Amino acid sequence: MSESLGVTPAQTVGPYLHIGLSWPDGPYVVPEGTPEAFWLRGRIVDGTGAAVVDAMVESWQADPDGRFDHPDDPRGARPSTVPGFRGFGRAETDTEGRYALHTVRPGPLPTFDGDTEAPHLTLSVFGRGLLHRLVTRVYFPGEAANATDPVLRTVDPQRRDTLLARPATDGFQFDIRLQGEHETVFFAV
Amino acid sequence: MTQDAERRLILPSYRRDDVDAHPPLLSPGYRSTVVRAPQQPLTYLPQRLTEVTGPLLGEGRLGELDHDLTRQHDGEPLGQRIIVHGRVVDGDGRAVPHTLVEIWQANAAGRYRHAADTWPAPLDPNFTGVGRALTDADGRYHFVTVQPGAYPWRNHDNAWRPAHIHFSLFGRAFTQRLVTQMYFPGDPLFSQDPIFNSVRDEQARQRMVARYDHAATRPEWALAYEFDIVLRGREATVFEDEDDDE
Repeated sequence: MSESLGVTPAQTVGPYLHIGLSWPDGPYVVPEGTPEAFWLRGRIVDGTGAAVVDAMVESWQADPDGRFDHPDDPRGARPSTVPGFRGFGRAETDTEGRYALHTVRPGPLPTFDGDTEAPHLTLSVFGRGLLHRLVTRVYFPGEAANATDPVLRTVDPQRRDTLLARPATDGFQFDIRLQGEHETVFFAV
Repeated sequence: MTQDAERRLILPSYRRDDVDAHPPLLSPGYRSTVVRAPQQPLTYLPQRLTEVTGPLLGEGRLGELDHDLTRQHDGEPLGQRIIVHGRVVDGDGRAVPHTLVEIWQANAAGRYRHAADTWPAPLDPNFTGVGRALTDADGRYHFVTVQPGAYPWRNHDNAWRPAHIHFSLFGRAFTQRLVTQMYFPGDPLFSQDPIFNSVRDEQARQRMVARYDHAATRPEWALAYEFDIVLRGREATVFEDEDDDE
């Protein structure tokens, strides 16, 4: 294998990210009307508690069977049994720092060492003032598998609840605190 | 897929970036990082199925003229017409084919078509400043646009951003996702820009600067710049050195 090349450094999306990154269908991981679909909603706040109004959240997840339509899934790429399932969502924050994604609950995942990962979404957060994306995960309340999830287990128990969504009227709530008290756990991936 | 591989779930693994490869999240010269950068250290996340897969977004997202920012309106935008082209490769120099590249930028006067950009420079009715392309089988992409202008911001006294084009890349895995900015060679504004200089390593900074490409410059039509983008490379498979009973 050749000498590895240096990666291109990350830079902020800046305050005008909406020009380039807004998609009309961005929030729809699954189409409207999909059975069992829900809204994952949240608010992003900074270290002063102020709403982050110029950020964007992207999500990536397995389908309800725990499968990816991707050639690097060693179980084989498989189109989802959920029609229109994209696995990917993208939503900008509004003037109150709120984002919303329309999705379905992913299935649990096997790991390379025989463990099971609890159902989760992975999120990237981009924004003005963020020189590189922040990565976090969303877990679901009441999942028995959370107790043995190999990633949750590595997180300081005092901070684990920052990765848990809360039930809400039309789905789940997952707030993101960039800094300070109850700071969301962010990952180096 | 053999039964053995199925049981062991062999995943690709992406090399983690060097400490100096990206800017520190807290870069106080860029003031808004002070209240937005996390204070707790990042938690190590092993690369599992969710991280080594990712959205493979295809042709369906592209309009016919998305790669040509000078042909998206009735008339041509003002400014210096430029070609911006290059390859998307991974850290081993392998092409990243068929991957979505999204760009956005200010117009020739340095103004973004965005409600929050209100500095007194003119908008151009013939310029939106958004482009999309898919790389080809060799990882190549190609845009036609106009040279963006510099613009002022309020970060520090008499602060101006060097001219730049925002780039967003997916690669083929969640771990490869990258948003960056392409700069132009020899920009006199580099020295006072805390965003450009947030990347501390000089060589890494230069990887964000396009190269003037005279060979690709088209006579009596457009200057060309070449900008190659390097996403993370892959390690060998996780279990290749593990003893087994075969």
